[in-house]
Amino acid sequence: MRAYKWLLGICAIAGSANAEQPMNMPVGVTDISQGVFSMHMLALWLVTAIGVLVFVAMFYSIMVHRKSRGVTPATFHESTTVEAVWTIIPFVILVVLAVPATKTLIEMEDSSGYDLTVKITGYQWLWHYEYIDEGVDFYSVLSTPRSQINNLEQKTENYLLEVDKELVLPVGKKVRFLITSNDVIHAWWVPELAVKKDAVPGFINEAWTKINEPGIYRGQCAELCGRDHGFMPVVVRAVPQAEFDNWMAQQTVEETGAELAAVQQ
Amino acid sequence: MSTVAADDHHDHVESPYSIKRWLFTTNHKDIGTLYLWFSLIMFFIGGFMALIIRTELFEPGMQFVDPQFFNSMTTMHAIIMVFGVVMPAFTGLANWLIPMMVGATDMALPRMNNWSFWILPFAFTMMLSTLFMDGGGPAGGWTLYPPLTLQTGDALPFVILSIHFMGLSSIMGAINVIATVLNMRAPGMTLMKMPLFVWTWLITAYLLIAVMPVLAGGVTMLLTDKFFGTSFFNAAGGGDPVLFQHIFWFFGHPEVYILILPSFGVISSIVPTFARKPLFGYASMVYATGSIAFLSFIVWAHHMFTVGMPLAGQLFFMFATMLIAVPTGVKVFNWIATMWRGAMTFETPMLFALGFIVMFSIGGFSGLMLALAPVDFQYHDTYFVVAHFHYVLVPGSIFAIVASVYYWLPKWCGNMYSEGLGKLHFWLSTIFVNITFFPMHFVGLAGMPRRIPDYALQFSDFNALATIGAFGFGFSQLIFLYVVIKAIRGGEKATSQVWENAEGLEWTLSSPPPYHSFTTPPVIK
Ligand code: HEM
Ligand SMILES: [Cu+2]
Ligand SMILES: [Cu+2]
Repeated sequence: MRAYKWLLGICAIAGSANAEQPMNMPVGVTDISQGVFSMHMLALWLVTAIGVLVFVAMFYSIMVHRKSRGVTPATFHESTTVEAVWTIIPFVILVVLAVPATKTLIEMEDSSGYDLTVKITGYQWLWHYEYIDEGVDFYSVLSTPRSQINNLEQKTENYLLEVDKELVLPVGKKVRFLITSNDVIHAWWVPELAVKKDAVPGFINEAWTKINEPGIYRGQCAELCGRDHGFMPVVVRAVPQAEFDNWMAQQTVEETGAELAAVQQ
Repeated sequence: MSTVAADDHHDHVESPYSIKRWLFTTNHKDIGTLYLWFSLIMFFIGGFMALIIRTELFEPGMQFVDPQFFNSMTTMHAIIMVFGVVMPAFTGLANWLIPMMVGATDMALPRMNNWSFWILPFAFTMMLSTLFMDGGGPAGGWTLYPPLTLQTGDALPFVILSIHFMGLSSIMGAINVIATVLNMRAPGMTLMKMPLFVWTWLITAYLLIAVMPVLAGGVTMLLTDKFFGTSFFNAAGGGDPVLFQHIFWFFGHPEVYILILPSFGVISSIVPTFARKPLFGYASMVYATGSIAFLSFIVWAHHMFTVGMPLAGQLFFMFATMLIAVPTGVKVFNWIATMWRGAMTFETPMLFALGFIVMFSIGGFSGLMLALAPVDFQYHDTYFVVAHFHYVLVPGSIFAIVASVYYWLPKWCGNMYSEGLGKLHFWLSTIFVNITFFPMHFVGLAGMPRRIPDYALQFSDFNALATIGAFGFGFSQLIFLYVVIKAIRGGEKATSQVWENAEGLEWTLSSPPPYHSFTTPPVIK
């Protein structure tokens, strides 16, 4: 096992990216996540280009302007024009970045016109989901067995990213999240939805998503919340509306069933 | 002022083996030496903690430590590296260099200088002792966010008191720097003739005085919330947990510039020497430092984009943060212009300085990406942020500190260090620092949160790689320890100027310099 790790490590140095070992931000499955992804790629390419220019100039100088080649050093030490240029050009580049970033941010913050509201509450160390209008609620806890965490058993594919009960959401609908916490600060995060919002005790934060494709999307708590911070994943299952309605109906039956049972006792 | 200070001193130097000499010293060089050794010891302690963290993260699964202990390792590692390594190292450099650079005998306030150092060992002993207390050490992250931090066991009041001590020490150090720089410059050394190291430290000192009390206030509010029934950060009592984050980052962002501005000064001293060419754009360097310091006060909430701020707030902090890239860029361009058409040689200090320029820029690039609020929602609290701040702090601040040691060590102890070992140290450090931190960009983008002791399988390759790099980097630092001790104990004698083209008052003094630097003020051309 160890030897295999070292070998893989060396492969990674050689740049052979393993397909199962992602190394970039997911494009995601919402319009917002795609906007965020292209913003990220724009910024990444821009800084890469600037980096290449600057470092090429620097390494050229390192190679050519060295004492061992017998050069005599120049004596210039200022130039207002040059200094103005390299103050103004970066500024312009920043504006180029700021415009799309502002646009995306404005879209992200606009949660009007939602179809469904889910209240998310963070606990040490699990999540509670409540479909406010439907009156359905449940807890969602890590389902990876301790034996896998303690290396007594082979780890399975979704190690640490699986829960007993997923948050089920309809695709194509604008879902509003009301996020809060019962104890310390947590953060609810699903990379493929590009939603990350802190769950602050005593306050309610708002976020929203509109998922374009059915699927299972996994994330984790992103704010240090104590001992088991690494063990409170978020799993969202996005399904077509009809399937969602069925699921919801079943939950309602189950809940009323449980309530009836409780009343009868 | 300088005569008052000089009168207090005895002219003879006590033996370096006498404890009294070190305990009661008011000499700027002795105190500088104490600071630097303290910093190096803490560097190995903090580094040891980092290796515990990386060992646990070598493979998925919990292998070695308990998650709570893991969290206290990340917390302590950060506090030690920030307050116990980088800040004391820069204060040590300031002590050694500022009086020599401005042509003074000593620091302006020598007794306070002794205090500001000797507080530190107590503060850190107390901090480290909390690891053995009921409930373990602090484990809520170096950012100390409530309510989590209020769940700390017996350690909390001790941690807070030690943070107060560290703050006190920094403030005293800062006052001393300001008093020295403003009052003790040799006649003719106007502000705009000061070496950049002195300039950047002067500005850093103002930042310290402005923000350390803010941190002190914040942690005191934590203390009263925990023990005296206040509810500053408790929503149930009418408070707001996010208020602490605003206080913390109002300190925290200027703090990160406290950790980097003196490095800018160091790099601006080293590059011209080895390029044999004057620093390009001295005045714009000074103004850029000033603008960075100013901007650092109005960007704090870029650490808090996800807490739920109004749109206008997010936009303001995004734009302000992006602006910092401009003066930072100016610095990098100026260094390259200094190299341009120079006649460079590549002794160890220059190698570390060049490494700094490249890798600090990489950290600046990721900083610019993080500034973009909508994208920061994805980056925030992931390993991408961990990669960012390690690039600016390790091959940034730490490389600058190491570069200064190589650069000024021959001046300090009168002996040359071993150039071959220095270069080996540089290359190993550079290779391993990148193996450690570059892959963290990848796992962070792919979705690995920071501050977790265990992770999903798709992050395993890059984590294994980072762990290998961390051990390599850690062990390479032993070379540094060896080189330094070896040079102190002997070696080829250094000339006064040490480096062919070194300019500045410190190079006019003998190597090692006299115990009281300039007893008669030098003449400034
Ligand atoms: C171009 C200049 C820089 C920009 C634009 C920048 C931007 C940022 C941003 C936006 C964050 C917050 C990321 C997040 O948590 O989501 C951050 C984090 C951080 N930065 Fe920078 N940064 C810059 C330079 C520096 C420098 C010079 C240092 C220190 C030497 C530094 C140290 C840090 C640290 C320590 C953190 C993480 C703090 C924490 O959450 O524990 N940065 N930076
Ligand atoms: Cu958490
Ligand atoms: Cu900041």
